[in-house]
Amino acid sequence: MRVLMFGWEFPPHIAGGLGTACYGMTRGLARNDVDVTFVMPRASGDEDERFIRVVNASDIETVFGKVSSDAADIIDKMSFIHVDSNLVPYLSPEDYETYHDEFVKTGEKRWETSDLWSQRYTFSGKYGANLMEEVARYAIVAAQVAKDLEGQFDVIHAHDWLTYYAGIAAKRVSGKPLVVHMHATSFDRSSSDNIDTRVYEIERTGMAAADRVIAVSNLTRNIVIEKYNIPAEKVVTVHNAVRFAENEMALPERGVEDKIVTFLGRITFQKGPDYFVEAAAKVLKRVPNVRFVMAGSGDMMNHVIRRVARLGIADRFHFTGFLKGDDVHKMFQLSDVYIMPSVSEPFGISPLEAMRANVPSIISKQSGVAEVLDYAVKVDYWDVDSMADAIYGLITYPALAKMFAQKGLEEVTNLKWNDAAKKVKAVYEDAIASMK
Amino acid sequence: MKTVCLYFQVHQPWRLKTYRFFHIGKDHNYLDDLTNRAILQKIARECYLPMNALLLKLIKENKGAFKVSFSLTGTVVEQFKAYAPEVLESFRALVDTGCVELLAETYSHSLAALSSKEDFKDQVKKHTAMLKSEFGVKPKAFRNTELIYSDEIGEAVGELGFKTMLAEGAKHILGWKSPDFVYAGAADQSLRLLLRNYKLSDDIAFRFSNQGWDEYPLTADKYAAWLSESEGEVINLFMDYETFGEHQKASTGIFDFVKSLPAAILKRGDLKFATVSETAAEHQPVAVLHCPHVMSWADEERDITAWLGNDLQNEAFSKLYAMKDKVRSLKSADYEYVWNFMQTSDHFYYMATKWLSDGDVHSYFNPYGSSYEAFINYMNVLSDFQIEVEKALAAKKSRKK
Repeated sequence: MRVLMFGWEFPPHIAGGLGTACYGMTRGLARNDVDVTFVMPRASGDEDERFIRVVNASDIETVFGKVSSDAADIIDKMSFIHVDSNLVPYLSPEDYETYHDEFVKTGEKRWETSDLWSQRYTFSGKYGANLMEEVARYAIVAAQVAKDLEGQFDVIHAHDWLTYYAGIAAKRVSGKPLVVHMHATSFDRSSSDNIDTRVYEIERTGMAAADRVIAVSNLTRNIVIEKYNIPAEKVVTVHNAVRFAENEMALPERGVEDKIVTFLGRITFQKGPDYFVEAAAKVLKRVPNVRFVMAGSGDMMNHVIRRVARLGIADRFHFTGFLKGDDVHKMFQLSDVYIMPSVSEPFGISPLEAMRANVPSIISKQSGVAEVLDYAVKVDYWDVDSMADAIYGLITYPALAKMFAQKGLEEVTNLKWNDAAKKVKAVYEDAIASMK
Repeated sequence: MKTVCLYFQVHQPWRLKTYRFFHIGKDHNYLDDLTNRAILQKIARECYLPMNALLLKLIKENKGAFKVSFSLTGTVVEQFKAYAPEVLESFRALVDTGCVELLAETYSHSLAALSSKEDFKDQVKKHTAMLKSEFGVKPKAFRNTELIYSDEIGEAVGELGFKTMLAEGAKHILGWKSPDFVYAGAADQSLRLLLRNYKLSDDIAFRFSNQGWDEYPLTADKYAAWLSESEGEVINLFMDYETFGEHQKASTGIFDFVKSLPAAILKRGDLKFATVSETAAEHQPVAVLHCPHVMSWADEERDITAWLGNDLQNEAFSKLYAMKDKVRSLKSADYEYVWNFMQTSDHFYYMATKWLSDGDVHSYFNPYGSSYEAFINYMNVLSDFQIEVEKALAAKKSRKK
């Protein structure tokens, strides 16, 4: 089985859940005897006019460092193609415009913030002037890739709406079946009456053109069926898994004796940072020996900082800014409780990483990951009283925390990418069969 | 005969380094030593040293007819001692001429007056002790951080034994009255107030090099003529000392202007120079100045919203001063040192969100990209300091047992 995958990989500093999932999945597929040709966008910023570069697997940087260190077994199963593009995951048309304006203003071919409080991003001016144009341009390049690789793949797999046009183009050129993977929907990114209709349209078109749709949770599957009118029989749920890094880091030295409750993620409406702050204030009224940490950056960060100041808890509620590389892992290891109060979370891979680091987790019922976890405390994102209760319980009763940590670790250990990849492979086979 | 009272404020804050959450509990060095040294030495080179040399020369040439007043914060004196002792020497030389008065203020250029009388008096006494040990001077006049003043603060200053205090000649307080007279405090009427003539002060401090200004270029003779035309008894010209060589670079001709100013003023015949205390003693107060609400010399509003105007600033301020009893009970020089530099008003200024044109002067050396970063960094440092203070208190308690 050979798959042409339009996926996401990026250097350690801009890792998000989507890149982590793509990486785990491709490794799982390689172990399941699926050859993966991995096409990924990357703004190189240099001046040559090549659109595509084929890259050796050992040159690929991932969220866990270089692939080559522990990837001997999959290298011959995978090849990588870089397409020069400004596309990165979670990019909204507005974000793209901001970057583009900055480029026009400064006139620099390559633009990168060095700001601790926001993510780094390399932008190259020679690509599309707006996001929709760039998505279309990427599709044209994809069609070329599919033509060049004719006869070398059996199925096409596209992750996230930014690559759906690419997937459709590849399908038209090659006649091979298309699988699209819904890691998030427009309805997760904003409240339902305020979605970006352009993005919604691309998502709908991609799923309609696809032979099979993979949803990361039943939550997402229901949205796909109900809000995008995709036939239920075409939509399959495959839950994400978690990958265990081979070399665990040594435990970092703790600076403070207080319990630490951590939120780690983009500070945006979708992630529910406000509810965490309100719950923190409630807990602090009861117990003094606890600190709260919000790790990440995002458009709601300043709002959250003001709220923390107004509640008078700023000496107990800390902000780290955007964390990258080892700092993410270090933050998990320093935590006593992890919390993901997302308003809407298609899956949510971060609690799995917390549990892997032996940290008991509290997750919102409105997350896909709640479907696969028993040993995590589940609360409604809006129920700050329950959230405060759960935090209080986990930091006050060691037996409870220990139980959740141990059972939770067992539970996530059994969520293997190998198994998830098996299900994905079955979807490929199904899609190929449906074409005949 | 009108009295021209020149007063210069000398201050630098101890800037904090980038202090992240991961440092809390581990790293107790809070200061950005390289930046602090680089900035202090740059200003020493461009402003303090050349300007002090120039003033010394002018004082000697005029044989007692040219006088100025200064206040130096404790934090800037600490930095002179660490990074530029020759600047401290040059200030001592100025004081030794007898034509230079040193004013008392808060040690840390702090906002303690807005916290409590106790915190305020602590800060002032510490500064007075510093003047005694560094310059052998006992100050008689007082100026508060950023000319922050209210009837209540004036009362506290009187209780501390000062006869004269500086304040802003703010329009919303003065109304039709002129700043060019001596006034008396409302709560303590024996306290004499000198009010800044902001128009004539800012002509030098802000407008001197502005080529779009219709009076550009400003010459010493023209400026002296304006002083003569003023109708009051005193003309209080108060400004940051960094005006000379730093805000107005040497290339603008500011040093040439200063060089010709004493002669230009003295030759008019109706003007003379005096220090702050002399000015207050020579003129009778013409009225009591009522100032129930706090004012300052900052921004168009002349209020304190630049330091305590938003939730971030209020939170940082209240969390800082909530620690005062604990720090005091430790009676440790090390903790006092941190406690002092954490009080400096600049930290709160960096957290301001009211940036309009007024932000220009103070954002000059602002090390932060946004007020939110300034807040986070300050709170991280304060959190570590809290932990350290608690630890020290616990250790002290267990020793007693």
